[in-house]
Amino acid sequence: MTRHLISSADLGRADVEAILETAGSMHDLQRREVKKVPTLRGRTVINFFFEDSTRTRSSFEIAGKWMSADTINLSGKGSSTSKGESLRDTAMTVDAMAVDALVMRHPASGAAHQVAQWVRCSVINAGDGTHEHPTQALLDAYTLRSRLGDLDGKHVAIVGDLTHSRVFRSNVITLKKLGARVTVVAPPTLMPSGIGAWSAADDFATSWELDPVLAGEHEHGPVDAVMMLRVQRERMSGGYFPTAREYTVGYGLTRDRLETLVARNPEVLVLHPGPMNRGLEIAPEAADSPQSVVLDQVSAGVAVRMAVLYHLLAGDDGAPSGPPSPATLAGATTTNEGAVR
Amino acid sequence: MPIPGDARDVLTADEISRALRRIGHEILERNKGADDLVLLGIPSRGVPLARRLAAAIASVEGGEVPVGELDITLHRDDLRRGPVRAAHRSRIPASGIDDRVVVLVDDVLYSGRTIRAALDALSELGRPRAVRLAVLVDRGHRELPIRADHVGKNLPTSRDERVHVRLTETDGLDVVRISGGEAR
Repeated sequence: MTRHLISSADLGRADVEAILETAGSMHDLQRREVKKVPTLRGRTVINFFFEDSTRTRSSFEIAGKWMSADTINLSGKGSSTSKGESLRDTAMTVDAMAVDALVMRHPASGAAHQVAQWVRCSVINAGDGTHEHPTQALLDAYTLRSRLGDLDGKHVAIVGDLTHSRVFRSNVITLKKLGARVTVVAPPTLMPSGIGAWSAADDFATSWELDPVLAGEHEHGPVDAVMMLRVQRERMSGGYFPTAREYTVGYGLTRDRLETLVARNPEVLVLHPGPMNRGLEIAPEAADSPQSVVLDQVSAGVAVRMAVLYHLLAGDDGAPSGPPSPATLAGATTTNEGAVR
Repeated sequence: MPIPGDARDVLTADEISRALRRIGHEILERNKGADDLVLLGIPSRGVPLARRLAAAIASVEGGEVPVGELDITLHRDDLRRGPVRAAHRSRIPASGIDDRVVVLVDDVLYSGRTIRAALDALSELGRPRAVRLAVLVDRGHRELPIRADHVGKNLPTSRDERVHVRLTETDGLDVVRISGGEAR
């Protein structure tokens, strides 16, 4: 596995499988009385968030603490960046404090990738602009797998503001890696430019209309899960759709759409990365329905982030991991005792 | 992974089977019956051994002894020494381990570090009344003050020898072989 996690494309299918497997073990931990393991004792993780966030930042913080790492939260507002310090100087200053990982949320696409060039520690992208959010995609995949089993051949529709969504990009990459069929749905104004070439190369479908996809009339057939994306009001400078009401009529998961969907497939799952605009992209009836796994996603977030921290930080003193040494392999396949030494 | 050509057998399938039956009897005698027993295998080969021990105990005592798996990956003290290993789920019997007599089961006892990690992992799952250790092979060279309560075979080895445990459930055959070091 790579030293950094910047894009979902950094992970091969085996890496994704290993992280999801480990996340299962971490998820068990959440149900225990003592929610702490010594695995990352002595490691330091900085959560550096230049944008507001509740679930991602707190889940990374909890994940680090439950693994016994020392976690520190910094925000753009309270740091020297508000005094005009450059991102490079800030990142290098933090890195010089011998931290092991920098979890970074930044409004600029590519910021995490850029910072990874400047620092020695591992960089984990916790959302960069409209680019990627790889741990969100992993937790979505974990949530889907825990309900649907193997995702090979399963059909997931991702609906909403694709242009401004980092969640959608990471999800398409991760879900495709796990063998799922993916259809992305958005009004033409919120469909990213160049998506035609991408969808052809990566073999996912696109649609400007939601109802035929939910009806199973589109190319991938009936859907197993619908992932609603947030309409990002803060990124809307206007003109993407006439009114909120019109968006809801065309692309919202309304009560009527949910009922139709459930009538066709009672096992269908509804996902949303949060925070939800209730009544806009998702009706309260859909958000709170038995089909909704929104809180499962939040719960999986901690487990998946523990697994990511574990896979990036636990081995080889943070050095990039190569193939296992013959001695380690021999130990692993002969005796536990041999391997532990 | 293939066993090197210079390996020699130290336990045959029949001997493994006899050793497990004997350990089963020892556990029953020490525990004065099968009440409150829980067997926890340490992956990978400790798990089938725990199941076989449970079957051996059931054949003597009747009834079923709960069997689980205890993954120790997150408690290892050598995580920084090699590539990352995927952590697996521990599977604890529904009856839990509180106030039970837990018998940890592993294939080889060597430095003792695996068992130290297992004791740490166990303490986060509950508070057993007692914890005991059963191993198929004790090869010596302890680095921690840990010893097994039940041993299938004491096998004095040199550090440059390797002990290969193969079980039908994981490898398709039952055998314990030793390779490397000077022939004795």
